[in-house]
Amino acid sequence: MVILQAIIDGILVGGFYALMACGLTLVFGVMEIVNFAQGILVVLGAYLSYALYSHLRVDPFLSLLITIPGMFLVGIAVYWTMIKPIGQDRVIMSLLTMFAVGTIIEGILDLVFTSNLVQTSTSYENSSLRVGPLIFPYVYLYAFAMSAVLLGGLYLLLYRTRFGRSLRAAMQNTTAARLVGINTDWVSAFTLGIGVGLAAAGGMVFGLTNSFDAASSYDLISRLLAIVIFGGFGSLGGALIASIVMLVIEDVVAVVWSPTWGQTTFYIVLIIILLLRPQGLMGRRAVRAQ
Amino acid sequence: MKVDRQAGVRRRRRTLGMWAAGAAALALAAGCSSSSPSSSAASKSSAPITIGVSVSLSGDFSGDGLATKQGYETWAAFQNAHGGILGRQIRLDFLSDGSSPTQVVTNYQKLITVDHVNFVLGPYSTLLTKPSSVIANRYGYVMLEGIGGGPSVFQQGLHNVFDVSASAKYQLITFAKWLAATHKPEDVAYASMTDPFLQPMLDGARAYLTAHGFKSVVYKLYPLETTDYTPIASAIAASKAPVVVLGTMPPDGYAFIQDFIQDKYNPQILIEASGPDQGAAFVKAVGAKNTGGIMVPNTWFPGSTYYQNAQMVSLYLKMFGGTANNISADVAEAFSAGQVLTQAVDHIGNTSNAALETYLHSGATFQSVQGPVQFASDGENQAATPFVFQWQNGTLQDVLPPGVAHPVPVMAVKPAWGAGG
Repeated sequence: MVILQAIIDGILVGGFYALMACGLTLVFGVMEIVNFAQGILVVLGAYLSYALYSHLRVDPFLSLLITIPGMFLVGIAVYWTMIKPIGQDRVIMSLLTMFAVGTIIEGILDLVFTSNLVQTSTSYENSSLRVGPLIFPYVYLYAFAMSAVLLGGLYLLLYRTRFGRSLRAAMQNTTAARLVGINTDWVSAFTLGIGVGLAAAGGMVFGLTNSFDAASSYDLISRLLAIVIFGGFGSLGGALIASIVMLVIEDVVAVVWSPTWGQTTFYIVLIIILLLRPQGLMGRRAVRAQ
Repeated sequence: MKVDRQAGVRRRRRTLGMWAAGAAALALAAGCSSSSPSSSAASKSSAPITIGVSVSLSGDFSGDGLATKQGYETWAAFQNAHGGILGRQIRLDFLSDGSSPTQVVTNYQKLITVDHVNFVLGPYSTLLTKPSSVIANRYGYVMLEGIGGGPSVFQQGLHNVFDVSASAKYQLITFAKWLAATHKPEDVAYASMTDPFLQPMLDGARAYLTAHGFKSVVYKLYPLETTDYTPIASAIAASKAPVVVLGTMPPDGYAFIQDFIQDKYNPQILIEASGPDQGAAFVKAVGAKNTGGIMVPNTWFPGSTYYQNAQMVSLYLKMFGGTANNISADVAEAFSAGQVLTQAVDHIGNTSNAALETYLHSGATFQSVQGPVQFASDGENQAATPFVFQWQNGTLQDVLPPGVAHPVPVMAVKPAWGAGG
């Protein structure tokens, strides 16, 4: 039963990790840049939700109505001011640029919020649903449901809208997309905006379930990168599956064996998968087939 | 001939002048040399005594790092208002290490070799104290510290490191002795971060309790970078152990309590190494109605009557605000290190680190806000007596050991979650 509880916990937590990882992999798929600032953008989302709740008593889930659009605009602004000017040699330069963006954001957050650990503490954070011997914390159930809605919305956006067709075209071949008249700059800007907006949602849940400060981003970005590599760069489905697999492996190993080996076991699995499928679970070849 | 004699006189005058200038330059150079480990005992300088410290103002230790800095600042302000050390004002030179063992080494090297501080005081945590003490030793500096008591610090074979607080393996002994003396052997669940200070704390208590018949039903160690404690908490909850001993830092300490509440698991006795001692931050994280009965070891509390404690509390509140109960023990630990430095330097009468080290090893007893301090040969404080505190009715009370200070009775069973108490 302890193992089953660990699997359930892994799936619930994996849900909101999928949000953060999907934002990261989407940006890579369209723009071929690794958004090293994704971790700190998640923490920024956490701080925004925390501030809205602490000062204005806006429920964290409702705060997404403010933070997602706001950070969407931040993503667009970052693209036009930082990424677009890089021009053709953007793969290497974008790594440094986004790292710099992350460092700047971290410094600002440290200045505004100091290095004291904070957490968004709501009335329902400690409540849970008991089904037999199994426990389902409400905050994780709500987060999983929210993740499902947002990822479902993202799917509809990508596969049922004109913008989605443009985005997928840019993911397949940016030059060809330009040739058929797609404004790839705006597609890229909107994609980065969506990625950052998803970070806001993931950050809200992160802030509800963890004590955090600006430095929490370092652990986050390393885990998100591992998830994206495991799932395959540019694959949303891969990011979703990889998130859940990673968290389930960690949690099951933690209870069966030792928490010290939880992450290590995941990375061992990651290496084995990459040896067999270098592009990840649903990597680039699968993306081109979409 | 007359001309030759005048030329000779001029040559002799130039020669003498050159020798005089050279001697003056040498004297000037000697006078300008920094007051490093070999500073003259007879120096009557009125220049400030500079003390270098690396503090964790960001990273995993940022909460405690800030409290550590405040402790040193409080001590410096107090001591400067009372004439400083050797009649000289104290100037603290802080560098931030980001909770990084690599950065802390760089910091102390800079403080010693570039800034040429007179003394150094220790950083936060065993993880950072261990490499720092090596650097200090390399340059002949004493490392007086109050927050780095893991066994690995004292196993390095260095003679320059001195911990004014109780070392790690003894921090939970008072609790373990109380449990063994008042309870029949029962199941105990343990979990700890793999930290060089926290794990020895837990293992020290576990060894004592196991030797007294208490069965270890869960023993989980997790790395520093763990963010999801749910599976560990679930495993402890599934064991239904009535006693839970956790080697935690504040973020995981709060997370475990939240997970226990979600799992509807209420241990009868719960003690955490760190977290419940963070005052308002702890209450805010877990909820005021969930604090009752939770225990935490500590080497200090605001109401203690130990040396200069009342003045420290008063000055800290004046400088940083808040309430006495919200003062972190890190403040007292840092303040204590400063107190011992003051007493020792005043005794030796100079800023020589070599003389300081000799005196600290002499068996002399010092007084601090944490009680008496006397160093064993390996630098541990062999006179330390750790306390145990327990949240009762919204206040962190000293409960153990009985008979020291003014303890209140221990709440033998923790109230249910949400019941207050």
